[in-house]
Amino acid sequence: MTALLPLDDYTLRVVVLGAATLGVVAGALGTFAVLRRQALVGDAISHAALPGVALAYLLTGSKSSLLLMIGAALTGFAAVLLVTAVVRTTRVKQDAALGIWLSVFFGVGLVLLTWLQRRPDASQAGLDRFLFGQAATLLREDVVTMAAAGALALLVLLALWKELKVLAFDHEFGATLGLRMRLVDVVLVGLLVVAIVIGLQTVGAVLMASMIVAPAAAARQWTDRLGAMTVLAAAFGALAGALGAVASAEVSRLPTGPTIVVVATALVAVSLLAAPRRGLVARAVRSRRARERLGLAQVLADLAQLEQVHEGPARGHHAATVGAMEQADVLPALVELERRGLVERTPDDRWLLTDRGRSEVSRA
Amino acid sequence: MTSGQLEIIAIASLTSAACALVGVFLVLRRMSLVSDAITHSVLLGIVLAFFVTQSTTSPLLLVAAALTGVVTVALVELVTRTRLVREDAAIGLVFPVLFSIGVILVSRYAGSVHLDIDTVLLGELAFAPFDRVHVGGVDLGPAALVTMAVVLAVDVAALTLFWKELKLTTFDPALALSLGLAPTAVTYGLMSLVSLTAVGAFNAVGSILTVALMVAPPAAAYLLSDRLWRVTLLAAAIGVGCAVAGYWLAFVLDASIAGCIAACCGAAFALAWAFAPGRGILAGARRRARQRVDFALAMLAIHLATHEGRPEAEEESRLDRLGAHLRWDEGRIAHVVAAAQRRGLVVEQAGVLALTERGRRLARQAITF
Repeated sequence: MTALLPLDDYTLRVVVLGAATLGVVAGALGTFAVLRRQALVGDAISHAALPGVALAYLLTGSKSSLLLMIGAALTGFAAVLLVTAVVRTTRVKQDAALGIWLSVFFGVGLVLLTWLQRRPDASQAGLDRFLFGQAATLLREDVVTMAAAGALALLVLLALWKELKVLAFDHEFGATLGLRMRLVDVVLVGLLVVAIVIGLQTVGAVLMASMIVAPAAAARQWTDRLGAMTVLAAAFGALAGALGAVASAEVSRLPTGPTIVVVATALVAVSLLAAPRRGLVARAVRSRRARERLGLAQVLADLAQLEQVHEGPARGHHAATVGAMEQADVLPALVELERRGLVERTPDDRWLLTDRGRSEVSRA
Repeated sequence: MTSGQLEIIAIASLTSAACALVGVFLVLRRMSLVSDAITHSVLLGIVLAFFVTQSTTSPLLLVAAALTGVVTVALVELVTRTRLVREDAAIGLVFPVLFSIGVILVSRYAGSVHLDIDTVLLGELAFAPFDRVHVGGVDLGPAALVTMAVVLAVDVAALTLFWKELKLTTFDPALALSLGLAPTAVTYGLMSLVSLTAVGAFNAVGSILTVALMVAPPAAAYLLSDRLWRVTLLAAAIGVGCAVAGYWLAFVLDASIAGCIAACCGAAFALAWAFAPGRGILAGARRRARQRVDFALAMLAIHLATHEGRPEAEEESRLDRLGAHLRWDEGRIAHVVAAAQRRGLVVEQAGVLALTERGRRLARQAITF
């Protein structure tokens, strides 16, 4: 593969740095979007950024990434404002408002792009990379712009940490504390817009929303602490961005955005399965253990009941007798109980509660 | 207008109508973004089905792709049910990855799939008339037109047959369940319809703009009426209107037809939002202005009635003193008094206001509940 590489190390380094930067910012800010149940607001912003890119180019004729990013941010933000306005002034719900504005803005963006493409000068070439992203076109200046904007967003995040935390978990409580929650909410949307706009050139408008959701959803499985989740989401984002970008730079005809999304989603899948405590595997093991424990307690209780019913000195009972009460093979449970010293096996193959076993039953 | 243009408009209209019909129920069930998920993942279904059938027109393709839509919904539900991520995040996780896999397959095997990225995003409405269906040597019209006619017919038939079930499970799932109507089955039936429609629409307008057709016209219609059947018919009519207007807009601008149709959908919703009778922004503003006036008139009438026939009556009812008593500025006083006179609530005599019988009645009504 390396022989086919049109990239030297320097270019690859730039690409990886760029993709990692967007991953860090999107992951960290996505944490708040996901906790606030606004995962799909990111979808609206990223689709609505497209007409901004086209408009910025149309008005300035420049392809500087900063200008295009500003244009994208403006239309992205405008779409969220429209969604909020529709929800507040009509009976149309948020889901429909999001659906309307994301698709309509995107449609207008496509109209502008196709219209630009049909103009005689071909100078607009390369704007399509904002659809599905093309990491290979990242330049050093682009990465510097992305890093600067991202750092600014992260600084605001740190400065407003407490307010954003309250917003994510209990905004009504925040309002009673005298915090201006609506303003904080607008700031969060603004930060999300920055995070998304940073990724447009690499991941593309169609899929950038996924970079907001996936790292945060993966990080959520590993921790219950907001700080740890934010850092972890940033790390997952960076990992997905870097891996996806390298893969798409190395393999021909592998669009960057989709590749990054597939990597990020794989991280989510692994997290859902393997995370300690919350993960599905851990959960299955735990519930199996609980079932077993319940089974042991039941068998112990059965022996105690048999002992009560049969008067006289305890002689123990056959495993089959207990098994008949449980309609199951209780031998493994009895062996386990014996290992724990709660029952003992008599020489004639009966099972008898030990004193510890009896006290265990009365305790239960 | 050439017959090609006519055919494109016909395809666009059928697509819009079909999308609007199923979209109404998505909007009412707060599941609009499921259309976003389905329209994206359908791409993967189309690509995979193409690998199997090696044809872009096989009806099997339609069915297989529609199945992917249902699978997507089931997958979202599966992820949500682990309770590890919430539903919005689950939607945001599932469809981008299915779409991504679809896009990757399209780019890697572009040569053999007959699909490219532009088709995925924009559909191929402009070229639709070139791909025709012939049965026994008779030209039945463009393949897309035939497909969409079938899809629309299925939608209309399903909606007519299961109208009662759809209506009840949409507005009161608990009652539907207690009447023995399996809301889950109805939901999955609806999802199958949405998927089928999305596959058809995908060919015409691409994946993302299908969302515009499924959500915007129904949402606009929802602002215009309170009766389900009227909302449904209106949504279809608005969709068709947007399709026709969008086509001509694209013709004038020489830009993407699908994009222009989406833009028209946005405009249609914005118009309904602004001007819907009773519910629009304008109607709301007018209502508030009227209520402001009514309230001021009632206040004036109550003020005059309170002091009527008492020693301070003249002082309290003098035009030049009213402002001080009611704490209103001059302009407001003049405006309200003029309105009160027009409605025959008060008469003025030598700078002093007196209530008419009508004014007294208003004051009485305003202070008794």
